[in-house]
Amino acid sequence: MFEYDSVIMSRLLTSLTLTFHIIFATIGVGVPLMISIAEFMGIKKKDPHYILLARRWTRGFVITVAVGVVTGTAIGLQLSLLWPSFMQVAGNVISLPLFLETFAFFFEAIFLGAYLYTWDRFRKPLYHWLLSIPVVIGASMSAFFITTVNAFMNTPQGFELEGRTLTSIDPIDAMFNPATPTKVFHVLSTAYLTSAAVLAAITAFYILKKKGSDYHKKALKLTVGSIFIFALLTAVAGDLSAKFLAEHQPEKLAAGEWHFETEKGADLIVFGTLSEDMEVENEIRLPNVLSFLAKGEFDAKVTGLEEIPDDEQPPLWIHYMFDLMVMIGFYSLGVSLLFLILARFKKWNEYNRWLLWLIVINGPLAMLAIEFGWIFAEVGRQPWILRGYMKVAEGATTSPHVDWMFVLFLALYFVLGVGVVVVLRKLFKNNPAELELEQRYPEISRQEGDEH
Amino acid sequence: MAYEMIGITVLWIFLYGYLIVASIDFGAGFFAYYAKITKRDHVINKLISRYLSPVWEVTNVFFVFFFVGLIGFFPDAAYYYGQTLLIPGSIAIVLIAIRGSFYAFENYGSKESNVYLFLYGATGLLIPAALSTALTISEGGFIKETETGVHLETTALLTSPYSWSVVFLAIVSVLYISACFLTFYAYRADDQDALELIRKYALFWSSPTIIASLTTFIAMSQHNEAHFNRMMEYWWVFGGSVAFFLVALFFIYQGKYYGWAFIAVMLQFLFAFFGYGASHLPYLLYPYITISEGVVNDSMGLALVIAFIAGLCLLLPSLFMLMRMFLFDADYIKGKK
Ligand code: HDD
Ligand code: HEM
Ligand code: HEM
Repeated sequence: MFEYDSVIMSRLLTSLTLTFHIIFATIGVGVPLMISIAEFMGIKKKDPHYILLARRWTRGFVITVAVGVVTGTAIGLQLSLLWPSFMQVAGNVISLPLFLETFAFFFEAIFLGAYLYTWDRFRKPLYHWLLSIPVVIGASMSAFFITTVNAFMNTPQGFELEGRTLTSIDPIDAMFNPATPTKVFHVLSTAYLTSAAVLAAITAFYILKKKGSDYHKKALKLTVGSIFIFALLTAVAGDLSAKFLAEHQPEKLAAGEWHFETEKGADLIVFGTLSEDMEVENEIRLPNVLSFLAKGEFDAKVTGLEEIPDDEQPPLWIHYMFDLMVMIGFYSLGVSLLFLILARFKKWNEYNRWLLWLIVINGPLAMLAIEFGWIFAEVGRQPWILRGYMKVAEGATTSPHVDWMFVLFLALYFVLGVGVVVVLRKLFKNNPAELELEQRYPEISRQEGDEH
Repeated sequence: MAYEMIGITVLWIFLYGYLIVASIDFGAGFFAYYAKITKRDHVINKLISRYLSPVWEVTNVFFVFFFVGLIGFFPDAAYYYGQTLLIPGSIAIVLIAIRGSFYAFENYGSKESNVYLFLYGATGLLIPAALSTALTISEGGFIKETETGVHLETTALLTSPYSWSVVFLAIVSVLYISACFLTFYAYRADDQDALELIRKYALFWSSPTIIASLTTFIAMSQHNEAHFNRMMEYWWVFGGSVAFFLVALFFIYQGKYYGWAFIAVMLQFLFAFFGYGASHLPYLLYPYITISEGVVNDSMGLALVIAFIAGLCLLLPSLFMLMRMFLFDADYIKGKK
């Protein structure tokens, strides 16, 4: 009865590893930037609070990096173990950015090691800050390179297929395919946004529970201000991504927006349900907005799903993934704007409990938006693994043991996930910021004591 | 030179780099655990963690570089190894993941825990054992190609004397390389107690290393005679390896020139590794893939070589900086920074 399907199992295992890795990868790309900003402000303003902030973030960061590195190694190997036929093709056409990525890792790893162990080694603090620049660049470059590979899977180019042989291969053309610019922009801006959101959430939570000091208030201002800027960038990048889809991957946009018939002045459907005869019900309908999202004009024509062959249509449930992602994007923008407005006027209190709770929730939500966004993008590519050239089923391994490996990795990620949480909690609980401030900079904490 | 020769040379050099840096790391894990259960951890564990903390991530990247480069230069290898290595590969990933993350948890996070240290020690021996299967499989005889695809003959692998001799060789080499390096490091740190202890480890593990090398030779002659005969054509390379082994042993025994001793150890493995590699050619995976048939197309080959050169220009100065800061900075090693 039950036929073993290594394709499904391979998909499940790939999804599992990627959903886990992307959490740490996102932190790995965004947090170095925040650390670097904090340390720079500390040096500029001669304010030890910011330096301490950078130090404490760094200490948490190395733990998450470790998990990012090991899960990244896992996904790197798994790609060959689970998708051998796909990697054979990919190796011929798109291995250049994968290869370049390893140099970015090297670069980042080397300077991260140097940054970690040299806080007090330089006479000028600025020299230490300079070490953070290569870490930021290395992390963002690795995101750039891996994203070009993913972009290639969506809009492959830079080769010709004659039967089973590849000819006229152009690695640069493959790397800079039509999906690359918008994807890279959106992936980077969301990684920065999410990292700022997670750091802000932790700070806000601490203020709620323990009545934070000046240190925490400065941290919150810095992170929420960053959220606002990156949320704006994210919305722009998301809009550009939709315009890219309309032009190059209309089936993904159509499935994501439940846009069945090609028409001018298309409405944007938000949430809703599908009846049995594929009628949209219970939706919020924004007239002509889809045309604007897709083309920048309210009466532009948008391709509907009817033009796509049945067996090449992505599943329709990705609609919800898209809507949730966009909602969270506007939520981040709104909450950070509210905080900034309240902070502008002396009369109002931006450390209002309600607002702080909204900021706390924003952290996990942003991480969820990353997951939703990826599921939307990846499932929206179905049934293709290499759009137009190779279907998922043709790329998978034929080995009959993927199910056991799935169980093995599920257990591994469970242990790693629990481990990270436990270790991070211990790390900061046993060493609160106030205590560390007093140990490292006794003059300042005495001044503050006098003021209060 | 054609791309296949450039490619395989680059990859082999990086695999050699990984062999050395990872062995130091893996062996150190075992010694740290061993010292703990024999209650001598206060002597050496500080020293070990001072060296390892800044570099473990770099070690891991060596490995990633190798397998990503292999897919790039020889995409067919991705297919054959990917199809067959699912289980040993996954086990190796899990071990590497546990080792790397728990190392960070312990070192940057909480207090020392015996469980962490045990995992750290055990994985240090199991990872080389798991990874060495890839080399074993490359000798042929363990993979069948049928119309349904390629499969690994697990029973043949698990009952082969050759396969076990490689595992044994991998483990003892790790311990030997690591002990020799740590001897040098303790000497630089001017830590007499640690030096005495680790020097004993180095001397102890030298004889199993040479014995394991000989058994592997013998097992190879049984398993893949053609390859064994090609190895015999490179007898002088393996002879060089043995000569450097003796030099290293002599210096360590005399208690002098620890730096030169470790360089001799590196040369010992360089000779053996490249002798093995050169005689393995033209096969990447006997008898399915040769480097000339499995090589990537010319345009990608050229792109990868250019990328590699550009990458090296970035990498070498940075690595140099890291070594200056942590390996050759006497104050840092002694714990004054
Ligand atoms: C914090 C996370 C986050 C937030 C708030 C948003 N996105 Fe997003 N989105 C992502 C995180 C993300 C992502 C994880 O980064 C994705 C997955 C694949 C990709 O390229 O980026 C993505 C993909 C993605 C795609 C598909 C691109 C493709 O498949 O090539 C579109 C059309 C949008 N987004 C549009 C938007 C819009 C209009 C947003 C409104 C503000 C928005 N996103 C907010
Ligand atoms: C947007 C998506 C991704 C981002 C931003 C990202 C970023 C990162 C980062 C920052 C690291 C840590 C590197 C280090 O500090 O050494 C990492 C590790 C890694 N990632 Fe991801 N990654 C993403 C997705 C993927 C995917 C899909 C793959 C598989 C092809 C992958 C492969 C790897 C590998 C192999 C490592 C380990 C590198 C090492 O050992 O240092 N990543 N990734
Ligand atoms: C850069 C970050 C990436 C993330 C976060 C990501 C995320 C995901 C997710 C969530 C899935 C599950 C889709 C499903 O259930 O069908 C998936 C599938 C998959 N991804 Fe990606 N992906 C990324 C990039 C890549 C890259 C660079 C590759 C290959 C080089 C890749 C290869 C695959 C494959 C082979 C599958 C399974 C087949 C499929 O379902 O389409 N992904 N990925």
